[in-house]
Amino acid sequence: MSGTNVRTATIAVLVENEAGVLARVIGLFSGRGYNIDSLTVAPVDEEGRLSRITIVTSGTEMVIEQIKAQLDRLVPVHRVHDLTMEGPHLTRELALIKVVGKGENRVEALRLADAFRARVVDATTESFVFEMTGNADKIDAFCGLMRPLGLKEVCRTGAVAIARGTAHMAA
Amino acid sequence: MSITAAPAADTALQSGAEVVLRALKDQGVDVIFGYPGGAVLPIYDALFQQNSIRHILVRHEQAAVHAAEGYARSTGKVGVVLVTSGPGATNAVTGLVDALMDSIPVVCLTGQVPTHLIGNDAFQEADTTGITRPATKHNYLVKRSEDLARVMHDAFYVAKSGRPGPVVIDLPKDILIKPAPYSEAPAPNAPHRSYRPVTQPDAARIQEAVRLLKQSQRPVIYAGGGVINSGPEASRLLREFVHLTGMPCTNTLMGLGAFPATDPQFIGMLGMHGTYEANLTMHGCDVMFNIGARFDDRITGRLDAFSPGSKKIHADIDPSSINKNVKVEVPIVGDAAAVLAAMIECWKSDPTPVAKEAQLGWWRQIDEWRKRDCLAYVQQGPIIKPQHAVKRLYEITKELGRETFISTEVGQHQMWAAQYFGFDKPNRWMTSGGLGTMGYGLPAAMGVQIAHPDALCIDIAGEASILMNIQEMGTLAQYRLPVKVFILNNEYMGMVRQWQELLHGGRYSESYSDALPDFVKLAEAFHARGLRAETSDQLDDVIREMIAHPGPVIADICVAKDENCFPMIPSGAAHNDMIMGPGQEKNAAAVTDAGKVLV
Repeated sequence: MSGTNVRTATIAVLVENEAGVLARVIGLFSGRGYNIDSLTVAPVDEEGRLSRITIVTSGTEMVIEQIKAQLDRLVPVHRVHDLTMEGPHLTRELALIKVVGKGENRVEALRLADAFRARVVDATTESFVFEMTGNADKIDAFCGLMRPLGLKEVCRTGAVAIARGTAHMAA
Repeated sequence: MSITAAPAADTALQSGAEVVLRALKDQGVDVIFGYPGGAVLPIYDALFQQNSIRHILVRHEQAAVHAAEGYARSTGKVGVVLVTSGPGATNAVTGLVDALMDSIPVVCLTGQVPTHLIGNDAFQEADTTGITRPATKHNYLVKRSEDLARVMHDAFYVAKSGRPGPVVIDLPKDILIKPAPYSEAPAPNAPHRSYRPVTQPDAARIQEAVRLLKQSQRPVIYAGGGVINSGPEASRLLREFVHLTGMPCTNTLMGLGAFPATDPQFIGMLGMHGTYEANLTMHGCDVMFNIGARFDDRITGRLDAFSPGSKKIHADIDPSSINKNVKVEVPIVGDAAAVLAAMIECWKSDPTPVAKEAQLGWWRQIDEWRKRDCLAYVQQGPIIKPQHAVKRLYEITKELGRETFISTEVGQHQMWAAQYFGFDKPNRWMTSGGLGTMGYGLPAAMGVQIAHPDALCIDIAGEASILMNIQEMGTLAQYRLPVKVFILNNEYMGMVRQWQELLHGGRYSESYSDALPDFVKLAEAFHARGLRAETSDQLDDVIREMIAHPGPVIADICVAKDENCFPMIPSGAAHNDMIMGPGQEKNAAAVTDAGKVLV
């Protein structure tokens, strides 16, 4: 058996946009005991026939190879790409973060939001909703800072990812 | 005929049910196995009004799928099943998973409540696509009439392409009744939108494999069910390759018949109940060529001790089977026949010298292992040894020279059948290998007999397994199918009893077959002939009478009750750690807790 080192993989999957395709992918992960750290999906072509799923998962090299092979043999799957292995790529996630508080905490929250380039998308005299895009680490860090300042609710999309440069995925 | 690339569309509308039957006919289907019910009445009505497709009425939907599997495995064609919604579909699930595990091409049509009632908990509604998603290779719910014909053809393509498997098409009743357009199947070479399995192997990998094998001092060829699924040409090429190379060949349970059992280069089945020589050859080899097998846990035993010193070549049509359990040096993705043809070609042209001397030494070692005669047993006295019953069945059928197909249920009798019945041709052996489904054998034999009306079809059974689908005796009677049920009756769930003896201190918890029916009377109640052999001197006569009788037969062979199936690699043990026979069971006492948790 090869090493037991666990790595994270960001996998992009291009699929037919048909009923049940997401259930097939999720069922594959739960049925075979693989991890899903995050998963996003939406149609990506003009006619709405193709959807792109971005899965962040972790496992040993052998497990990640299995995940890719298992995904690839699903009938409605067109392409599977391991972005982590294939070279430089961009990862982004959107988060909406609600902070409730008064006085100095409010001011501090706003100051930190500015430093992290989070936008205020809703405000009352006692609350803010910040919108933030970035990779998961940045959002984690921001949420950590907000916790003592009145963090009440976090909503995150999970990662979307794309390769840098001219390399691209097509059906 | 249309001359455009797109398949011809027939805009003249017929009912959805008629479209279903037309698609089946165009796919070359001549028989389907099914059971009617409310949601599929429109298809049964259309069946009634045509003559090209024959319907075989089973007695339970699970049996319909196993019958389709038997049909598929013995012919190489896709087996077709038709069941109703709700319980019809859920009863079929065991058969579907069985076909999935053993890579058998099956298309299963399930009825569904009308589209406007889906999700309303209607009568006989079940979420069939949800339930069967992990039980099939792929499934479909047809919600629009215009998709019906395309989905029908797509299902056949998916079922038989790449690694074959079961496919479900869920058909709401309104879709079956409403008019629907028909379109012909896409041309065989038209690329599928998303599913295009690789069948042609990479030439560089083939060359790498051939060079490894030529330089090998202790090679072995390990062939599995993929060779059989690929078609008879693959088995022919396997023979050619094995003879060309002079190497020893072992088959998995699913691969029996892919290489002739009577060939001197055959070293028997490998794995948990494989031969001493096959398992030690696997353990001691320096290069292993796996063609169409998947390093299943029944084969490998303890993974970290599996063939520790060998370089491994693995050819499989399913890339996810490669490097799943066992890390290999040379992965080859491709169809078994294509891989073997390329290997033969490359073997002939590649200048690498063959390590002939060393390989002769390897054969001398294998012959030493063979001398152990691991399948020997002693038949003396009146009590029939189960091994002897199978061996006599094999010898008598061979002597009669009739085309013979064997199916089995699951348990000790299955392993004895695999060990003592020799298969020289592919597609003659139907057994539930992956899922291990008791109740598989009788309906499977039924499907084989439908496909081969003049052949001798025998279900080697145990007295416990046979009761799991015994109702199919009714189907045999209705269609006058002369299937022979050969029961090795030891009044125990023998394999459970064996494990309890070896691993659980002889506490035979619930493994005794109490209150058994009188199988002779049972046969008679189902309009069949019932026979019984109680002593060894009756055995041959019963076998001959069973075969000679023109109709279905149950032969109740009363065998030794406490016989165990050897050799055996206890769970969690390595190939060189086999229990060879009675008196050696103490080895099993050394099975660790880690081994005990394995099944």
